[in-house]
Amino acid sequence: MRKTANQKAWFFVLPVVSLVAFNAIVPLMTVVNYSVQETFGDNVFFWAGVQWFEQVLRSDRFHAALLRQLMFTGTILAIEIPLGLVIALAMPRKGPWVSVCLVLMALPLLIPWNVVGAMWNILALPDIGLLGYGVNALGFEYNYTRQPGSAWATVIVMDVWHWTSLVVLLCYAGLMSIPDAYYQAAKVDGARPWAVFRYIQLPKLKRVLTIAILLRFMDSFMVYTEAVVLTGGGPGNSTTFLSIDLVKIALGQFDLGPAAAMSIVYFLIVLTMSWIFYTLMMRNEEI
Amino acid sequence: MSWMAWTWPTAGFFIFILLCFIGMSVWEYCAPGGAPRRGVLGLDTTRGDRLFISLLGSAFIFLGWLGLVGAPLWAPAAIAIIWAITVFRYV
Repeated sequence: MRKTANQKAWFFVLPVVSLVAFNAIVPLMTVVNYSVQETFGDNVFFWAGVQWFEQVLRSDRFHAALLRQLMFTGTILAIEIPLGLVIALAMPRKGPWVSVCLVLMALPLLIPWNVVGAMWNILALPDIGLLGYGVNALGFEYNYTRQPGSAWATVIVMDVWHWTSLVVLLCYAGLMSIPDAYYQAAKVDGARPWAVFRYIQLPKLKRVLTIAILLRFMDSFMVYTEAVVLTGGGPGNSTTFLSIDLVKIALGQFDLGPAAAMSIVYFLIVLTMSWIFYTLMMRNEEI
Repeated sequence: MSWMAWTWPTAGFFIFILLCFIGMSVWEYCAPGGAPRRGVLGLDTTRGDRLFISLLGSAFIFLGWLGLVGAPLWAPAAIAIIWAITVFRYV
């Protein structure tokens, strides 16, 4: 591969580099500084070495929150990606229904996260909520404020309702960008719908699916507002995901050192998983 | 800057990262060769990618050591150096 001779383009990215330096790198440096110190407030710090890292990495509480986080992210990815793809494939490509479908799909994405949590909180209440009352009326014992299983189901359904649209819109945009010539060639060859999907649509959607998986992975791994408004991490700790636990430690207990150490471990996990996803999906792909 | 709660060890850590970036730039300027190549993992990696993999892997080596064994950190530091040399040579 030949190297680019003119490197002046790098100057055009300087403004964004400066912006990122202030809104991401400086706070990250501060977190690293906090992670090796103890403070009782008043900007007074005491050196603590790596003890917060040892504490966090050996803590059952952290292991449990990480496991819950991985289970949540795995579940919603397993539901949202195929579901979003199927809905995108089923959406019309031409005609007046296109706009209707796109607006309907965009609606959940326009609702603020705390409002989504509040909506589902009320909707799923077993005594007055439409969903909660309806599920109980069907004979299922459902109470997300008392049963961990119900709480998990509600959080997952809420996330699927809120975010599948994003996958749908990305996949739909990807599908619309496939030239008609591919479909015409498939028709000439007498390809069945499955073959068209497997050998034309799916390969062409690889990049948008990579973006969709990365976005949903990162967002779901950092889920906070919707879950905390809906369940508050309960009942017990059953829906206390990593971010909720982190906020409890940092702001509830004001243990800034352990919270900073946990943030760094959390950040490294997100960074690594995102890199692995990206590398695996873009392997053998010319960029 | 007091709100950032700087310490000499953490400042040293960030200076090391900065020196890595400067060193990589100087290396590429003096001996160009940062174009992607395919290593043992089957990945096309540039020198920058290999630095990223080295640093990320080293972070997990230190975290793993802290979680399983604890301080001091000389042993994981040695493992991390071997890891980085291996990545730059073969990945």
